[in-house]
Amino acid sequence: MIQIEGLRKSFNGTEVLCGVDFEIRDGETVVIIGRSGAGKSVLLKHLCVLLRPDAGRVIVDDVDVEPLSERALTPIRKRFGFLFQGAALFDSMTLFDNVAFPLREERKFSEKEIAERVEEVLTIVGLLEAKDKKPAELSGGMKKRAGLARACVTYPKYLLYDEPTTGLDPIRADNINNLVLRMRDRFKVTGVAVTHDMVSAYKIADRIAMLHDGRIHAVGTPQEIQATTDPVVRQFITGAGDSIKEVSHGTATVR
Amino acid sequence: MEGVLFRFRDFVLGQLAQLGSMLMLLGDIFKTTFTRRPRWGETVDQTFKIGWKSQLVVLVTGAFTGMVFAVQTYQQFHKVKMDTAVGPVVSVAMTRELAPVLTALMVAGRVGAAIAAELGTMKVTEQLDALRAMGTAPVDYLAVPRFVALLLALPLLTAEAMFFGIFSGYIVGVRLCGIDEAYFIQNMIKFTTAKDVMSGLIKSVFFAMFIALISCYKGFTAGEGAEGVGRATTQAVVVSSLTVLIANFFIAVLFNAIIPP
Repeated sequence: MIQIEGLRKSFNGTEVLCGVDFEIRDGETVVIIGRSGAGKSVLLKHLCVLLRPDAGRVIVDDVDVEPLSERALTPIRKRFGFLFQGAALFDSMTLFDNVAFPLREERKFSEKEIAERVEEVLTIVGLLEAKDKKPAELSGGMKKRAGLARACVTYPKYLLYDEPTTGLDPIRADNINNLVLRMRDRFKVTGVAVTHDMVSAYKIADRIAMLHDGRIHAVGTPQEIQATTDPVVRQFITGAGDSIKEVSHGTATVR
Repeated sequence: MEGVLFRFRDFVLGQLAQLGSMLMLLGDIFKTTFTRRPRWGETVDQTFKIGWKSQLVVLVTGAFTGMVFAVQTYQQFHKVKMDTAVGPVVSVAMTRELAPVLTALMVAGRVGAAIAAELGTMKVTEQLDALRAMGTAPVDYLAVPRFVALLLALPLLTAEAMFFGIFSGYIVGVRLCGIDEAYFIQNMIKFTTAKDVMSGLIKSVFFAMFIALISCYKGFTAGEGAEGVGRATTQAVVVSSLTVLIANFFIAVLFNAIIPP
């Protein structure tokens, strides 16, 4: 379980997260929605401590990660798989080597075992044929799938997805959604995804949380979010462009 | 006036903060080098890229510097009938100053730029974050192999530049300018000591440290986008080159104080 308590983060004097309190339970997939620049990716990067908070704390499996040094964080980080927005594949390596990288870094698997694991996940994401290609030779959708393969090759406990379907056509986006669901069912991972894509959010989420004004504004199941009357949430999920009046900073429980 | 003073203060504080961060990175590199299992594959790969592939640049630099130095010194020494002094002048200049400094400058341009651009691009495309997310420290995986490779390669490249500089000086002096071969070689051996060669090679070790540290630091701290990577690359080359030139003076003074010529 991941607990986020009073998380605050500023960049150049601008406060992006203003006291986020949230909890991610084991086995569920939580989707965090919110406007561009709302701090969704910033929040996601705090979960595996790629960013350090200005205040507040993140507790992963009952361990407060804030006081830990970079080296002490290594075992915590190995519990996570991270699908980056641009996939963040290593340009100099083939797809196979990219996916094999986290396994080779663990230095406890033979090359045969690594090949088996890599081919297994590449088969799941449908990229086995492209295993010898370099990232530059892959399309956007293929890169996302490759990033997903690399994120889950170590069978992590938590999978973090940063905009998994952004920039993809609806069919490829749905393929990614299906992969996320398949990862959850196959590897029993706890997932946290940030996205603008409501079709994706409704499909993959057990719970949806909306980040607004630096706080979690609303939390609910996909059905509850769809049925909400909260103006901020409604405007976002319907994509209405009208300006709305300032809303309170409290967390609205959508029930 | 007050505004200028504030800006100057901010500039100095900014530079000091950067120097502090660089020293912390250096400490991290040393600590990682001696406490983590060596990454032989990456180190050999980087040594090949940095050392082997820089040879043409270094060869041309060394050879043509030796040649032009021989021609110019011959012109002056010939006036006072000291033609045979060309050999020792070329060899001492090449071993003590020209080979280590010019090789370091060429490597700063070729390799320093490549390191800063590669690491900077990795930063802006979140590849550094990806490494950290997988529990791999970028210093361990990226900085240490480049640092060690430069420490291995630059002294060897400097030795190569020394050899080709002296050899091409010999060709120009003896074959083109007609200096007596026996005196040329005799005087060269007489006035060039092992200390001259060692001082050049030891300098190159320091220059390698500076180039690797500055280039890795600039890459790791590159700003956003193509502009950020471009700026980091330029700064890596400029700061490395200036550091080599300035450090050369202080190292030379230090050597002369420790072991007088």
